[in-house]
Amino acid sequence: MTLSRPGTLADALRLLAEQPLPVIAGGTDFYPARQGRPLPEAALDLSGIEGLRGIARDAAGWRIGAATTWTEIAEADLPPAFDALRAAAREVGSIQIQNAGTIAGNLCNASPAADGVPPLLTLDAVVECASLAGVRRLALSDFLLGPRKTALLPGELVSAILVPDLPADARAAFRKLGSRRYLVISIAMVAVLIVPDARGRVAAARVAVGATAPVARRLPAVEAALVGRPLAPALAATPFGDAALAPLAPIDDVRASAAYRQVAVLELVRRAIADLAGAFDG
Amino acid sequence: MDRLTFTLNGNPVAVSARPVERLSRVLREDCGARDVKVGCDAGDCGACTVLVDGAPACACLTPAGRVEGRRVETQAGLAASDPVARRLAEAFLAHGAAQCGICTPGMMVAATALLRAIPAPDEAQVSDALGGVLCRCTGYRKIIDAVVAAGGPARPAPFVSGAVGTPLPRLDGAAKVEGREAFGDDVAPAGTLELRVIRSPFARAGFTFGDLDGFVAAHPGIVAVLTARDVPGKNAFGVIPGFEDQPVFAEAEALFRGDAVAAVVGTPEAMATFHPERFPVRWEERAPALTPGEAKAEGSALLHTNRAGNVMTGGRVCRGDADAALSRADVVVEGRFRSGFVEHAYIEPEAGYAVARDGRVEVHACTQAPVMDQEALAKILGLPMDRVRIVPTAVGGGFGSKLDLSMQPFLAIAALKTGQPVRITYSRGESMASTTKRHPSDIRLRIGASKDGRISGFDFFGTFNTGAYASWGPTVANRVPVHASGPYRVADYRAISEGIYTNNPPAGAFRGFGVPQSAIAQEVLFDELAERLGLDPLEFRLRNVLENGTPTVCGQVFAQGVGIGACLRALRPAWDRERAETARFNAANEVLKRGVGLAAGWYGCGNTSLPNPSTIKAGIRADGRILLHQGAMDIGQGANTVIAQIFAEALGVPVGALHLVGPDTDVTPDAGKTSASRQTFVSGNAARLSGLALRAEILRHANAGEDAELTFGPGVIEVRGPAGTHRIDLATLAPDAEGYVLTARETYDPPTKPLDANGQGEPYAQFGYAAHLVVVEVDTALGLVRPLGFTAAHDVGRAINPLLVAGQVEGGIAQGLGMALMEEYIPGRTENLHDYLIPTIGDVPPVETIIVEEADAHGPFGAKGLGEHVLIPTAPAILNAIRHATGARIRQVPATPDRVLAAIREARE
Repeated sequence: MTLSRPGTLADALRLLAEQPLPVIAGGTDFYPARQGRPLPEAALDLSGIEGLRGIARDAAGWRIGAATTWTEIAEADLPPAFDALRAAAREVGSIQIQNAGTIAGNLCNASPAADGVPPLLTLDAVVECASLAGVRRLALSDFLLGPRKTALLPGELVSAILVPDLPADARAAFRKLGSRRYLVISIAMVAVLIVPDARGRVAAARVAVGATAPVARRLPAVEAALVGRPLAPALAATPFGDAALAPLAPIDDVRASAAYRQVAVLELVRRAIADLAGAFDG
Repeated sequence: MDRLTFTLNGNPVAVSARPVERLSRVLREDCGARDVKVGCDAGDCGACTVLVDGAPACACLTPAGRVEGRRVETQAGLAASDPVARRLAEAFLAHGAAQCGICTPGMMVAATALLRAIPAPDEAQVSDALGGVLCRCTGYRKIIDAVVAAGGPARPAPFVSGAVGTPLPRLDGAAKVEGREAFGDDVAPAGTLELRVIRSPFARAGFTFGDLDGFVAAHPGIVAVLTARDVPGKNAFGVIPGFEDQPVFAEAEALFRGDAVAAVVGTPEAMATFHPERFPVRWEERAPALTPGEAKAEGSALLHTNRAGNVMTGGRVCRGDADAALSRADVVVEGRFRSGFVEHAYIEPEAGYAVARDGRVEVHACTQAPVMDQEALAKILGLPMDRVRIVPTAVGGGFGSKLDLSMQPFLAIAALKTGQPVRITYSRGESMASTTKRHPSDIRLRIGASKDGRISGFDFFGTFNTGAYASWGPTVANRVPVHASGPYRVADYRAISEGIYTNNPPAGAFRGFGVPQSAIAQEVLFDELAERLGLDPLEFRLRNVLENGTPTVCGQVFAQGVGIGACLRALRPAWDRERAETARFNAANEVLKRGVGLAAGWYGCGNTSLPNPSTIKAGIRADGRILLHQGAMDIGQGANTVIAQIFAEALGVPVGALHLVGPDTDVTPDAGKTSASRQTFVSGNAARLSGLALRAEILRHANAGEDAELTFGPGVIEVRGPAGTHRIDLATLAPDAEGYVLTARETYDPPTKPLDANGQGEPYAQFGYAAHLVVVEVDTALGLVRPLGFTAAHDVGRAINPLLVAGQVEGGIAQGLGMALMEEYIPGRTENLHDYLIPTIGDVPPVETIIVEEADAHGPFGAKGLGEHVLIPTAPAILNAIRHATGARIRQVPATPDRVLAAIREARE
């Protein structure tokens, strides 16, 4: 039984090319999936790769290392456009989980209820996948294919999440709904990002919701309804109806009924927009 | 295997370990750090929290290889040397923040990290820091208080004498806050053979084994396979005579998902790579009956051939003429109320080890009922009782489920067959799938009242889903009709219950034995009656409340000790204040609405009309030490402390003078099961009688009067009375076979009388009483319910230990809150602690405990039981508060957001 702990991404990719190893980043999904079952003989631990951690800015925007933990994201000095992502980071599981769990792990686990996904969708995040053959960049919505299913190919690792630059006055909000305060898998969650224009109106809006479809979805009809509206205080009253939720396909599960999710997500969207109306007002 | 070196609690360690292995296992098995507790192996409970380079981590989610060269700290190490953790340990002890103690390591480690970063945190910061650690005993409030206090100015601990009535910190607490407590999985030597149970993946299935001998031969390190053929005695057990219907291993058909059919025993190395899927068994899935309706349907297969219609048993209490009273009532309300399986969710999964030696078998395991385990194992093993020894470990929560056998028969059979010690710890999924649950209920209730607000007719029918085996189902069936009236005067009453077998996990004992379910129906309908009558809900209850001298629905008349009126009246100030405040709040808020609800409850302490003795023994050694054989299992509730306080008071010595001997069946007599709120009452009485008897024996030796004062010194007892001081030189007395020069052994059995065919009689010698008030805030757009605060009045007769009383109340409320709002076990779907939700530290609001002391003539120093009472009123109080806030009628628990929102919309239409 071996645990390979390479120090560089290149070494990790070489090991992965030799044999298809299960990958451990934070371990917060790897071990629970094996509760009461034997552990694999060998695994690849990414936590020792310095280059996969941390958040950096370059000419094109922000680069979040794949193995950056939720705690690191929550504590990072980031512009307000990242507020939804940072809020989501604080809502993932518990401090123990946030200290271990990584942003790319959240994506690769591909849970429909992954807290990190709606904020990243509103940030137009791009997933950088590396292999010995080189690097591919996929829009997050192209990376996530369905529950527990991603576009990651054998031999590939996610190396970073890339976020294009946003105007400094963009604001973002996150709302999570669960049946208890901590350690809770979302019934639904919503991220909203708004870019204002010089006249105090919405120049661009991005709205994404999770746990209400096989993968988290943007809501283009809601976004369209927001564009051009004055920021505050009327933003919260932006009219959009049930039809705006057409991209969603909520299911009944142990956490809530589909019908409830449909109602709740609309309410969460309204509240997140109201949060932002307040943020611009303030 | 890799060589792994790191720093553990300041000391360098080097071990040979599999680097992919969970750090929790390596710390426990290779480094001896068994203060790191394993509750779920999934990051859901936080019990295994350790610090890695100072940051809290779940050791169960950390690859061992990852800590190479790093610094790991655990509770025991921190409590021994870190000043912050020392302060925390003292505060946990003083506040009663550790009950069973299984979550305490995780809590204290997480709190240490918090206090290092924020030396004086507030409540919100404490909640955020400890939100990742689940506790099932305390209700979290005392944990928050302890952490806040540890960050506050140092205060000298107030002196507590330990006398009856004083808030003595638990006597067994130091081990819990210092990481020394040994639970079921903490006692087996490293390297002990491990056992794995093969369980049915289907709710009902036939099965055939392949070549079992060939399987053993082909797998090095696997030393044995056990099946029904290996059960030396009777392959059946159960807790109620006549209902021993559960096999150790199923013989022909598995009756629920999780039913055991075989077990595999092997070395730790072999079991670490053992895939249960590779075990040679072929399943033949059969159509199950998953609900009582399906099970009762004509043509449904019988789970047990001697139970026609899959009816396990039923219960019945009838008094007066319910139909006539209902037909003359001015107002009648009715409803159908449903609840699902509720999981006990103690953080310690079932665990233990067994060893066979000298023709005997010893089982070291967590349990609530050592002597019942001993009796049942003797039958299973075909051995006389004295060849079976039960050595209970500390119990990391029980709440009823650890009254039943679980892993003990597998371990004992394996130890006898292999001749070697054998251990097991259930995985969380296995614990949830295979052990007992609270009974799902389907209750139809009609209650009438006259215009002046008096109950007129009560007609109750409850169906309880008892799962595949009886367990404590007969007790639920019997208890519910006796209690379904609530603590009220109901002259015309009919309550009928039935327990139905289905292909589900066995439903058994869980805090309240069906009474929490029936209380929901009764107390919710009481609010509806009050509303229809235009009466204040508290006033309506007071008009009907049971009092001294009025008969219960069983016709039992208590001349004294009925304290429910006092409990309800104690809520009046909070009731008036909170109703007014919520009205103000609601006038100013559209989406958020607040409501105040209340409910009452009662519970008969001890067995229902059955013998229920406890025996307590004590002795004095020649050196002057007083040994108390304390056989009442402490499962976190505090029997080790309360029984000792009672005994010391009766003997006339400070409680600190006692040395406790545990419930090992070889040395300590049977103090009965920790169940039915009976230990303080029944074992407490035995302890009081034993203390008095030992005192009488001493006084006899000194020829002193009853008021004499006793002082124990080395080898001597000084007996001081009005006539002077007499010294008993203990060395001059002949020791008995156990080394005692003076000894006492007394038994108490509560006086009860049988129930007749209509349930009339005297089922209990005493009841305890409770009334809860809760303020909730409902988000009416999302259906979210947030309790903001509880006021809980409990008549405990006499609070032997007010600190432990408050601990029981707060913990019970947390469980009642979970049952009301979030908990439902669905076989195959919620077999973990992230799909099955119990309250976290952020979900339990402040609780004001009001102790009412209506002394009971039968109780030791007037004391009554408390363990079940603490959650019976909670769920209906919450439902009544939701109704008050929103008008929503909730008829099914848990009141999850989707159900609450649907009910709000229905109410508005």
